[in-house]
Amino acid sequence: MSNGKFGIHGGQYIPETLMNAVIELEEAYNHYKDDPEFNRELTQLFNEYAGRPSLLYYAEKMTKDLSGAKIYLKREDLNHTGSHKINNVLGQALLAKKMGKTRVIAETGAGQHGVATATAAALFGLECEVFMGEEDTKRQALNVYKMRLLGAKVNAVKTGTATLKDAVSEAMREWTSRISDTHYVLGSVMGPHPFPTIVRDFQAVISKEIKEQCLEKEGKLPDAVLACVGGGSNAIGAFYNFINDEGVRLIGCEAAGRGIDTFETAATMATGKLGIFHGMKSYFCQDEYGQIAPVYSISAGLDYPGVGPEHAYLRDIGRAEYVPITDDEAVNAFEYLSRTEGIIPAIESSHAVAHAIKLAPTMDKEQIMVINISGRGDKDCAAIARYRGEDISE
Amino acid sequence: MRTADAFNNKKAFISFITCGDPNLETTEELLLAMEKGGVDLIELGIPFSDPTAEGPVIQGANIRALSTGVTTDKIFDMVRRVRPKLTVPLVFMTYANVVFSYGIERFVKTSAEVGMNGIILPDVPFEEKAEFSEICDKCGIDFISLIAPTSEDRISNIAKDAKGFIYLVSSLGVTGMRSTITTDIGAIVEKIRENTDIPVAVGFGISTPEQAANISKKCDGIIIGSAIVRIIAEHGENSVPYVFDFVKSVKEAILNT
Repeated sequence: MSNGKFGIHGGQYIPETLMNAVIELEEAYNHYKDDPEFNRELTQLFNEYAGRPSLLYYAEKMTKDLSGAKIYLKREDLNHTGSHKINNVLGQALLAKKMGKTRVIAETGAGQHGVATATAAALFGLECEVFMGEEDTKRQALNVYKMRLLGAKVNAVKTGTATLKDAVSEAMREWTSRISDTHYVLGSVMGPHPFPTIVRDFQAVISKEIKEQCLEKEGKLPDAVLACVGGGSNAIGAFYNFINDEGVRLIGCEAAGRGIDTFETAATMATGKLGIFHGMKSYFCQDEYGQIAPVYSISAGLDYPGVGPEHAYLRDIGRAEYVPITDDEAVNAFEYLSRTEGIIPAIESSHAVAHAIKLAPTMDKEQIMVINISGRGDKDCAAIARYRGEDISE
Repeated sequence: MRTADAFNNKKAFISFITCGDPNLETTEELLLAMEKGGVDLIELGIPFSDPTAEGPVIQGANIRALSTGVTTDKIFDMVRRVRPKLTVPLVFMTYANVVFSYGIERFVKTSAEVGMNGIILPDVPFEEKAEFSEICDKCGIDFISLIAPTSEDRISNIAKDAKGFIYLVSSLGVTGMRSTITTDIGAIVEKIRENTDIPVAVGFGISTPEQAANISKKCDGIIIGSAIVRIIAEHGENSVPYVFDFVKSVKEAILNT
């Protein structure tokens, strides 16, 4: 049977208790993904509720300043709830509703996926519980409040490093104990099959729009698409419809934290090796005995020791490139885009902006670069201020 | 020796401890004490940083063991030392990445060489097992299959292909003590029996001699982990006599049913 492999990556490495749940999910998804009524409802939610299509904005000042490639920003930050996460969540919540589930659970790092899930749960009348590392509940207190405001219960996860990976582990444990009425809304292109495929398909609207918008504005495809990569959902969304367009460079920007030569990093592609964790075979930051490494990044959303299996595959076959970006570079980019274009990007998305700042000047003026601004940076202002030695209260 | 030997003419009592909790010297003593107390098969947990199938008690044991610097190689060395003093079958219980990162073939061959008899990987279901079980089959190591209350139509395929014994997960959720087990164990065991003759041991949530005795009536053996690990968490290096007393009480309860 097909169990969702991307080359050697992917699969279904989960407890037997969950197997029928993921099989049921796969069957439901295969049924609904081509169902005209399902797609009509989802498109209506995207357009009327989330505010799609998101803009493809010509960053004229940034283009002039870097004097290289013509730079466009894909404005996923303008979506309802402030990030690309809403695309996947609306799709999965609609699917959960069709499957007769009355409760959703989710993990969250920065809180963007948790807020999006709580939002969809409120809209669909579903009970919602979000698992968030205790460390992250402190870094992103505002998002914790938002989730509670939206009617969700937030569980602070104290195990392990109390960050995103532990939130995923705890959400998986919770799903194992309550399956019949509960759908696990996984937030990234990771975990056991069929999640990497489902999440990719719901996020693929990003590259579908980029393609249409770029053709309309420029009459040609972009030369490079840049996106940040933690688990990799916004990146796969921005890449997917370009995978067969060989001329489009696909560049994922991962979190190097304090540098890939330090232990305080979350750069899986640069420092990880092949392993099996959280339901999938892929690359993971780990020690020589396979113990998952405690990772670090200033960005709670990229602070994850693994990467989605399709990204691992795209790297193996050389179709996509992955570059590490340090905290310092990301913070500089956060400030740069704010000053230059009047757009405050999420610290996650700032990793992609940082690489754009390096890459754009090396490209021709005829060439087009698209940066996926996966989320807005309001949530990060207090943390960045602290990074710069300024203590502001939120 | 094979894992099925534990079930010869008796209801098997299978115990679990995490290697290196609180240290490997105590683990050795605990193994000897558990065999003396009447245990028929022992699961040796190799600690993993992120044990997603475990409840808080065994998660704690994993963290304590790793914090003392226990590694897969040190555990192999410990087994090599203690194996000649033990007569019961031994199986490793760990997570896929521990085996995968060591090199599956190298891990399985070393396991066989030090005298292990089986391997349990709770995050490797039927669909993914070939990568692990084919090498196990060649080396005489039983790759133990798990069946859960949610397995339903999957039971026949899993059971027909199972080796050693079947680990029947008693309840939804993660490992840990439960006051009651509501799953209809008898019905699942019956369904397994339609497909295979190999023994069925029930684990997850069994914590008292009474529960052990009651559940053992419906299957071929019972597995206790968290209740033992909790005693080790409480008494640390001094836990050996407490664990001995506990396993002895469980064994007696099973024998008297």
